Amino acid sequence: MTSAANTSGALPASVDAMLELLTSRGYLAERSLATVTYLSLRMGRPLFLEGEAGVGKTEIAKVLSAALGRKLIRLQCYEGLDVSSAVYEWNSAAQMIAIRMAEAAGDTDRDQLSSDIFADRYMIKRPLLQALEPDVAGPPVLLIDELDRADEAFEAYLLEILSDFQVTIPEFGTVKAPHPPIVIITSNRTREIHDALKRRCLYHWVDYPAAERELAIVKTRVPGISAKLSQQVVRFVQALRNQDFYKSPGVAETIDWATALSELDARSLTPQVVGDTLGALLKYQDDITRMQGDTLQKVLKEATSD
Amino acid sequence: MAINHLAPEQTEQFADNIVGFARALRAAGMPVGPGAVIDAMSALEVIDIGNRADVFTTLEAIFVKRHEHAQIFKQAFNLFFRASEEWKHMLDSVPLPDEARKKPQAGSRRVQEAMSQPRMTETPQHQEQDLRLSVSDREILQKKDFAQMSAAELAEALRAIERMRLPQAELLTRRHRPDPRGLRLDLRRTLRASLRTGGDIIDIHRLGPIEKPAPIVALLDISGSMSEYTRLFLHFLHAIGDARKRVSVFLFGTRLTNVTRALRQRDPDEALASCSASVEDWAGGTRISASLHNFNKLWARRVLSQGAIVLLISDGLEREADSKLAFEMDRLHRSCRRLIWLNPLLRFGGFEAKAQGIKMMLPHVDEFRPVHNLSSIQELITTLSRPLPPHHRSLIRSAA
Repeated sequence: MTSAANTSGALPASVDAMLELLTSRGYLAERSLATVTYLSLRMGRPLFLEGEAGVGKTEIAKVLSAALGRKLIRLQCYEGLDVSSAVYEWNSAAQMIAIRMAEAAGDTDRDQLSSDIFADRYMIKRPLLQALEPDVAGPPVLLIDELDRADEAFEAYLLEILSDFQVTIPEFGTVKAPHPPIVIITSNRTREIHDALKRRCLYHWVDYPAAERELAIVKTRVPGISAKLSQQVVRFVQALRNQDFYKSPGVAETIDWATALSELDARSLTPQVVGDTLGALLKYQDDITRMQGDTLQKVLKEATSD
Repeated sequence: MAINHLAPEQTEQFADNIVGFARALRAAGMPVGPGAVIDAMSALEVIDIGNRADVFTTLEAIFVKRHEHAQIFKQAFNLFFRASEEWKHMLDSVPLPDEARKKPQAGSRRVQEAMSQPRMTETPQHQEQDLRLSVSDREILQKKDFAQMSAAELAEALRAIERMRLPQAELLTRRHRPDPRGLRLDLRRTLRASLRTGGDIIDIHRLGPIEKPAPIVALLDISGSMSEYTRLFLHFLHAIGDARKRVSVFLFGTRLTNVTRALRQRDPDEALASCSASVEDWAGGTRISASLHNFNKLWARRVLSQGAIVLLISDGLEREADSKLAFEMDRLHRSCRRLIWLNPLLRFGGFEAKAQGIKMMLPHVDEFRPVHNLSSIQELITTLSRPLPPHHRSLIRSAA
C-alpha cells in the first residue's frame, strides 16, 4: 500500500487520480485508458478491452486489484466453457454420502432431504459466482480473459450476469451481488463478440503505445537495462510494427526481448545479437525469414542511428 | 480547444448536444441506440468536461463498439464539437433520416417485376420462351450455364438456389447436452431424479457432446470476368447463410470487402443491394494475391479459428501472378480446415490449368470444382455433406 487512496480501498476521484494509481503500480497507461477505467469504476459498468495480443489488457485487471486491494477473480475462457466450470457445480459425491447418511438414520422425508442436499455447503463455487459474493475488502475485480475463445452460448449466458450481476440456480434461487464487482473483459478478436454484450460494456481499443511511452515501460519493467540499449530496443520494435508482418510484436514481447538482451549483457544492438534473440520478438517462422538479410540491416540501421 | 458550450449549468443544451451528436453518428452509419445516449449523459456527469481529450475518450467508449468505427467517430467528433458558436449551425445541418433516404421496402424489386410481367409476355418471342420453359424438364435448367441463361431461366435458377439447404459435416463441440446414449454421466440430473425415489438411483442420466455445423468462409471474386456469376453466388451464399449462422462472406476484386453483415438481411434483394453498396470495385480488375494477403492478415485469425471450410470462388485469372500468390494461398490453406476452389472456367471440357495464376494456386487447394450451373452447385452441397478428411475425423461426424 503506497498512498492514502489505496489503504482505504476507495476508488480514485478523478481521471488524474486513476492515472496516478496505475502508475504507482508500474502500469504506464495512456490517458484514454485511464479515462475509461475510471468511468467503468464510477458507472459500475464492465470494461471491454480489445486489442492485439500483448498490449497489456490482462495486466490492467491485475494492477487494479493490487492497487485497490481487491480480490482478483480470473476466468480464463476456452471453447466449451460451460456453467459447471464457470459458475457453479454441485459436489455430487458429498451429496450422495448425505443421502446415504439420511437413509441410515431412517430419515425418509423427501422434501427435507432435497432442501438439505441442495444447500450452500454442497455447492462448489466457480469464478463467476465467487465474484458475486460480498468481500470484506470490497467488490472483487473480475477478469474475464480472452472471451473470444469461449463460444457464443457462453457469451449469451454472460448477458444476465453483466447487466444485473445475478445468477439463477434452479435448485437454489437467485444469487445477486450486493455490490457489483469490477469487471474487465478482454478479447483478442479471434472472433467478433456480439453487439448485445458490447452494449452492456464500455468499449476501448488498446493500441500499441507510442515510442516515448514504450521506452518508459521498458525502463520500469527491465530496471537493469542501459539507456542506450532500451532506446534502441524501442526504436527497433517500433520500426518492426511498421513492417507488414503477420504478427507484430506487442509490448509484452518488447519487455521479453529487452529482458533477454539485458540477460545476455548486450550493450547495443548488433546483427549477431538480434539474429540470436529474434524469437523473443517474432513468433512466426515466415516473419523471422523475412527479417533476414537486407530488411534486418535496414531496420537495425534505423534503430541504432543517433 | 475547450468546449465551453458544455457548461454544466446549461443542462438542457448539453443534453441537446449529445442527442444531436448521436444523431450525427447514426447518420454516418454507426449503430447508436437511445441507451447509449443516456449512458453518455451520465458518464459526462462524472468527468471533467472541460478536458476535450477526456470527453472524446468517454464518448468513444460509449458510442464506439467496434474498432472499425473509431475513425468515423473521430471525424464526427472533431466536426461536431468544433467551436461553440458553430455547433448550433452544425446541429441544424445534420441530415435527418427523412422519407427520401428511406430504404426501399423488402421485396419491392420483385413486386415491380411481378407487375411488369404480363406486359413482357405479350410479345410472341417471350411467349415462345415461356412455353419452352414450362415444358422443359428440369434437366435443361440444371445443366445450363448461368452465363447463357435468359432472364426467365435465371429467375427460375434463383428460386432453385433459394430452396437449397446445406446439410453438412458436423463438428463435435466440447459442450454437452442430455443424451440417453451419451457416454458421460450426468451426475447432477441423476442425483436430482434420485430424490424422487428417496435417494435410490433408478434412472441414470447421460450427456453427449453437442454437434454444430462447421463455419463456412466464402471468398468471392467480383471482377469483370466473373460478373455473370457473382449475383448467383451471392444468392447461394445468402441462402445457406439463412439457415446457418456461421457463414462469413468476403468479396474481392482489387480490394477485399467483408459483406457478412450486409448479407445477413432477411430479404435476398435487400441483402444483395446493401452488399453491392458496400463494395467499391464491382466488376473491375482482379488482384487475387493482394486480396488474399489482406484476408490472411486482417481476417484469417478472426473467422477461420473455429475449423472453418473456405470456399474460394474465382476464375483465377490473375495478371500479377508471382511467388507471393503461392505464398498467400499456402498460408490460407494452412489456416483453414478445408480449402475448396470453385472455378466456373472448369465448365469447358478441355480446360487445362495454363494460366500462370491458376498454376500457382492449384497445388494449395484440397478440392477444385466447377460451379457454373445448378447441378454443379448441388454437387458442391453433396461434397460439403461428406465426412471430412481423416486427420480430423476424431472430432467430426458426417451429417445423417
